[in-house]
Amino acid sequence: MTRDLSSSSSGTNGTLIQIEHLTKVYQLGEVDVHALRGVSVNVSKGEFVAIMGASGSGKSTFMNILGCLDKPTKGSYILEGIDVGKLSRDELALIRNKKIGFVFQGFNLLSRTSALENVELPLFYGPTSNKIRKVKATEALERVGLGDRIHHYPNQLSGGQQQRVAIARSLVNDPSIILADEPTGNLDSRTSVEVMGIFQELNNNGITIILVTHEPDIAEFAKRHIVFRDGKIRADKVNNKPKIASEVIKEIPVIDDEEEAA
Amino acid sequence: MKILNIILSAFRALQRNKMRSFLTMLGIIIGVSAVIAMLAIGQGAEYSVKQQIAALGTNVLMVYPGAQQQAGVRSGAGSATTLTEDDALAISRECPAVQYISPGAFAGGQVIAGNLNWSTSVQGVGSDYLEIRQWPIEYGDFFTDQDIKAAAKVCILGKTVADNLFPEASPVDQTIRIRSVPFKVVGVLTKKGQNAMGQDQDDVILAPYTTVLKRLSHFPNLRFILVSATSLKDISAAQTQISALLRMRHKIQPYDGDDFTIRNQTDLAATATATTEVLTILLASIASVSLLVGGIGIMNIMLVSVTERTREIGIRMSIGARARDILTQFLIEALVLSLLGGITGIILGVVGSNVISSIAKWPTIITAFSIILSFGFSIAIGIFFGFYPARKAAMLNPIDALRYE
Repeated sequence: MTRDLSSSSSGTNGTLIQIEHLTKVYQLGEVDVHALRGVSVNVSKGEFVAIMGASGSGKSTFMNILGCLDKPTKGSYILEGIDVGKLSRDELALIRNKKIGFVFQGFNLLSRTSALENVELPLFYGPTSNKIRKVKATEALERVGLGDRIHHYPNQLSGGQQQRVAIARSLVNDPSIILADEPTGNLDSRTSVEVMGIFQELNNNGITIILVTHEPDIAEFAKRHIVFRDGKIRADKVNNKPKIASEVIKEIPVIDDEEEAA
Repeated sequence: MKILNIILSAFRALQRNKMRSFLTMLGIIIGVSAVIAMLAIGQGAEYSVKQQIAALGTNVLMVYPGAQQQAGVRSGAGSATTLTEDDALAISRECPAVQYISPGAFAGGQVIAGNLNWSTSVQGVGSDYLEIRQWPIEYGDFFTDQDIKAAAKVCILGKTVADNLFPEASPVDQTIRIRSVPFKVVGVLTKKGQNAMGQDQDDVILAPYTTVLKRLSHFPNLRFILVSATSLKDISAAQTQISALLRMRHKIQPYDGDDFTIRNQTDLAATATATTEVLTILLASIASVSLLVGGIGIMNIMLVSVTERTREIGIRMSIGARARDILTQFLIEALVLSLLGGITGIILGVVGSNVISSIAKWPTIITAFSIILSFGFSIAIGIFFGFYPARKAAMLNPIDALRYE
């Protein structure tokens, strides 16, 4: 096994993530809390996975480990051939920078920093030159349909637009996976579908997406459902007929500001 | 992350809280400008003391009669009357390291010129006195060797005396009465100003020592002998030679103490310089306390900033910032604060010292050393007091930081 970050999958036809017997125990005072109790799962390139479960089911812990923000207590997590469990803090930061794009429920943009600069941020922590950084960030914003708002500040953008900036930021370093943690939690239903549309489009272009949600409606847009309960995977099934966001959106009426006021 | 980008983003972060950043910097500004001003004042004082001592002539030795000892009771220095004119002549004859010599006598009293009078001191000196003191005559002449031999009643006035007794006319060739003895004024000395002790050196009348001994002091022996060595490095040689000669002439036994005292100006200079140096250090250390307080201010604000921006730190970590990236970011912010404060403080300190010297007429000297010192101090303070908050930021757990509300 190699630690070279450029190495691709460890051989088996496009496997991106290999997780085996993952456990995570938190120590709260003298009580051990078992957040994950032996989770094994594989994710291949190009998948669109929805991770579902009630709060306390362990899905957030799982997501943190997937995102290299946390380390498992036991078990192995291999991302593109790299055993993440054995990496140092700095090496994990590098993995997050190069291979993982995060999208959060609360957008997590830097306030008083323009959309463009927010998207540029991951490139600051790499060797990218100033010029290329700007080009790449602009491209990413254009990809999510915000090419005309690159100099807007987060407080000048709607929730949906802010989330699109966050998606652009997650895209900018060409990551292996995008991890979206309740990305529609703060959005109205129409905007939620729009955001899911962007994810579907990115997925159609080959980007692997892992989405955490507790809304079944949102999960319907993914191709695979993994359900967590009590720190274990209770169901892992393929969604044969995912909803297509671009079609769903036609059925949602546009809420007019005037109508709302009336 | 490139250093230039970090510096730029540090500036922007500080700009977001302009008032807060300014107040934080104010601590450093006040500290640095206080250090600069105090060093400038201290070094100015040091310089002027050195100047005044140099004006006395640093290769000058003073020989005083020593303490009188009678039946084991010792009086103070100068109480003995052991220095004679012959001693002075012997010194000038037999000590090769001695260049000039002037016997000295002393009298005080009321001086009258026309309808004006003035109380001053009269110094009886030899013909080399002005050479030793490096004190030129403004107009007129000095008295001659002939005047000294003849104990002529001639004198030369210090500037202060001349101004008080002859406010309008030239005193040269006028007659003044010192303790009722008429003296002819032959010249006026240039202004010399205050000495290191703050005495007015121009409030003096110089007359031949022979005349003072005979007509005014009624005191047979010399009050002092003023000697200049051939050069600065010959001072100790001159001192040894004079000491040996006088011991021999006064027939002092090897186990007995001197009946005279030799003082040199370099000792005085060293003492005075050391005193002002201590003063400078004292002033600067008091000022640097405020610099320290400024540093604590930076630490305080950086800690607040880290707490406020915990979420930002979490975001940065989640997109790939390493601990050292976060550390650098906050350290640079602290450094920018302290450096901006330091530079402003240096400018303010320089301006302030100039204002002090022009208003209070105090000499101030700003050296490159004091500027480099304060600059270095502000960098050190930025790093020292910025490190703890920056480390605190860098050690945050990304998950907790992201969830922080």
